[in-house]
Amino acid sequence: MSDTHAQTVSYVRDTMLPQAEPPLRDKGAVKWMRENLFSSWLNAILTVLSLFVVYWIVSHLYPWFANSVWRAGSLTECREIRDATVGSDAPSACFAVIADRWQQLLFGFYPKEYYWRPVLALVVFLVSLWPVLFDNAPRKMLFFTLAAPFIMFALLWGGPIWGPLFVALGFVLGYFAYELVNKSAGPLAATLAAIILPLLYWFYLVGPLAGLFSSVAPIGFEYVDSKDFGGFTLSVVIGVAGIVLSLPLGILLALGRSSDLFLINKVSVGFIEIIRGVPLIVWLFTASLLLNYFLPPGTNFDLMLRVIIMVTLFSAAYIAEVVRGGLAALPKGQYEAADALGLDYWKAMRLIILPQALKISIPGIVNTFIGLFKDTTLVVFIGLLDPIGLTNAIRASTDWNGVYWELFVFIGLMFFIFCFSMGRYSLYLEKKLQREHR
Amino acid sequence: MSDIVTERDIDRSHMTVSDEVAIQIDQMNKWYGTFHVLRDINLTVYRGERIVICGPSGSGKSTLIRCINRLEEHQAGSIVVDGTELSSDLKNIDKIRSEVGMCFQHFNLFPHLTILENCTLAPIWVRKTPKKEAEEIAMHFLQKVKIPEQADKYPGQLSGGQQQRVAIARSLCMKPRIMLFDEPTSALDPEMIKEVLDTMIELAEEGMTMLCVTHEMGFAQAVANRVIFMDQGQIVEQNEPKEFFNNPQSDRTKLFLSQILGH
Ligand SMILES: Nc1ncnc2c1ncn2[C@@H]1O[C@H](COP(=O)(O)OP(=O)(O)O)[C@@H](O)[C@H]1O
Ligand SMILES: [Mg+2]
Repeated sequence: MSDTHAQTVSYVRDTMLPQAEPPLRDKGAVKWMRENLFSSWLNAILTVLSLFVVYWIVSHLYPWFANSVWRAGSLTECREIRDATVGSDAPSACFAVIADRWQQLLFGFYPKEYYWRPVLALVVFLVSLWPVLFDNAPRKMLFFTLAAPFIMFALLWGGPIWGPLFVALGFVLGYFAYELVNKSAGPLAATLAAIILPLLYWFYLVGPLAGLFSSVAPIGFEYVDSKDFGGFTLSVVIGVAGIVLSLPLGILLALGRSSDLFLINKVSVGFIEIIRGVPLIVWLFTASLLLNYFLPPGTNFDLMLRVIIMVTLFSAAYIAEVVRGGLAALPKGQYEAADALGLDYWKAMRLIILPQALKISIPGIVNTFIGLFKDTTLVVFIGLLDPIGLTNAIRASTDWNGVYWELFVFIGLMFFIFCFSMGRYSLYLEKKLQREHR
Repeated sequence: MSDIVTERDIDRSHMTVSDEVAIQIDQMNKWYGTFHVLRDINLTVYRGERIVICGPSGSGKSTLIRCINRLEEHQAGSIVVDGTELSSDLKNIDKIRSEVGMCFQHFNLFPHLTILENCTLAPIWVRKTPKKEAEEIAMHFLQKVKIPEQADKYPGQLSGGQQQRVAIARSLCMKPRIMLFDEPTSALDPEMIKEVLDTMIELAEEGMTMLCVTHEMGFAQAVANRVIFMDQGQIVEQNEPKEFFNNPQSDRTKLFLSQILGH
């Protein structure tokens, strides 16, 4: 293009003028302020007004933080220190309660000597995220990611390691069943085998096997009961499990809802509408009270597990709708091109449709995750001790009776850190994919 | 209409029509709901034929060729492609789709994959070709459509003409025996039409069986051995290009030709 241009244009300037400095009033901070803060009368007024609001908020909050007391044994002691230093009518936060009880806010009633276990589980989780979230990780790391849920389970709840180990082996069994049957009897039979064999194994073999091995070689950590879980450990366990499980379920539901197959379509629609149409708190009460009626008598189904299931189903319904939006946004030509190349349904979905639909849905998906994570605080109503629930427990002690804001500020800050990082990651991912698929 | 294609000598040594049947369509009918879009279509395509299908917009040209690889389902009559009858049997459909290549008006490249990945995807996942080999094949065809240097770019970074050539290469990587084109140049700016038509001509020169829906009459005159005119869901007239353009039989064909040739 450009060389044809050079040939056809007969006069081209070949010495350029040097760049001139822009006028002084168009430079630096003055320019920036003129353009961004005072570009018109209305903007100038709004700027002044906003500055005033910011000043007002800061001037009220600052003394409260600045006068805060960090070392005290009780609220009364806090007040005494305040009276002695800044006077009795000055606002002063009593963050001593955080200094005193932060372990409880983080770990609930998890045994003190085992605090390292949830911490290590968190480290395992973060490391296992690496190959999922960023593509600079070695491929082998994915195996660690696959093993991570079982490692985390063994760390958090403890007990003989044979339980999680044999459950994990079920997935390996399913994989080999698929590979073997696929060679002899085709993919449909293989899929069935890969579902049925592990199920049978989990129902009938895992219990006895784990029991046998545990009695012979009781290796593993001290068992910690679900009811000792609390604080952010509880929120993060429920939130992370919900997030990890609801994404694949939500995607399947979205595919079901966009499917032409009558029954699958109607079941997906029904599921999504019913789950979405009822408040989460109702589902949580269902989990805590009603579910026992449906389960065979005698089964002691862990409350936390029930909550995880409910939270998962709930956010899966939302994810499904978000992903469906992404599916609908793809041009029909993408489906046709995949079909015309001979890709079957699952391959077309996995390789062509979902990567694009999920990319479109990232903001919505992360939004749902953030919502799910914050909604874990609702479990306080069914008696689980999430951070909010613990504030009640902390206030119940005579030392800290009457402390509200300091605890909520701390909890709010913790949640903000989690949710803000999720939001930032979503932005990073969007930007990255945008760059790649320009 | 582009006369460009006729400027170049066309090598006809491999453009031979054999008496082996590639596609056999008998009494085929199709409805969209209650709308009778294709009526009593009878068409036999022999291996090596280059057929151009033309006709006014909405006459059912796209629907006809989309029926051939079952992107649309026909309701009556039969379509046999390479000896395999199109029915609701998924095995047959997958088999036919991997032997019939298709290029669309809007290219339909996969925007999240590089050019090379676009080309290797189907060979790897449908034909189970090893990745290395699939990449060699892909580079071979990208060379043929003259854009090997774009292999690592994404479709969004290419011009329309380049994208359509990639789409052709992508189909060719499956080593199809039949190629379908649905108005491959209609979405392109005039200066890009030529590069795509040239690619198609080269394909014809290699003896590919082709069905092209196009209004590029220059292309039809240069390489087609048969031109089919469709109107209102029917095949109205078909003939070899010279006869078709110089001596159209039906009034509808005459009208259409006078409109499209513009004089
Ligand atoms: N998916 C569809 N549903 C209903 N009607 C359709 C559909 N696709 C095409 N049609 C109609 O069928 C007729 C033929 O369409 P088409 O084969 O695309 O025509 P052409 O390619 O010759 O312009 C048109 O009248 C069009 O409106
Ligand atoms: Mg059309």
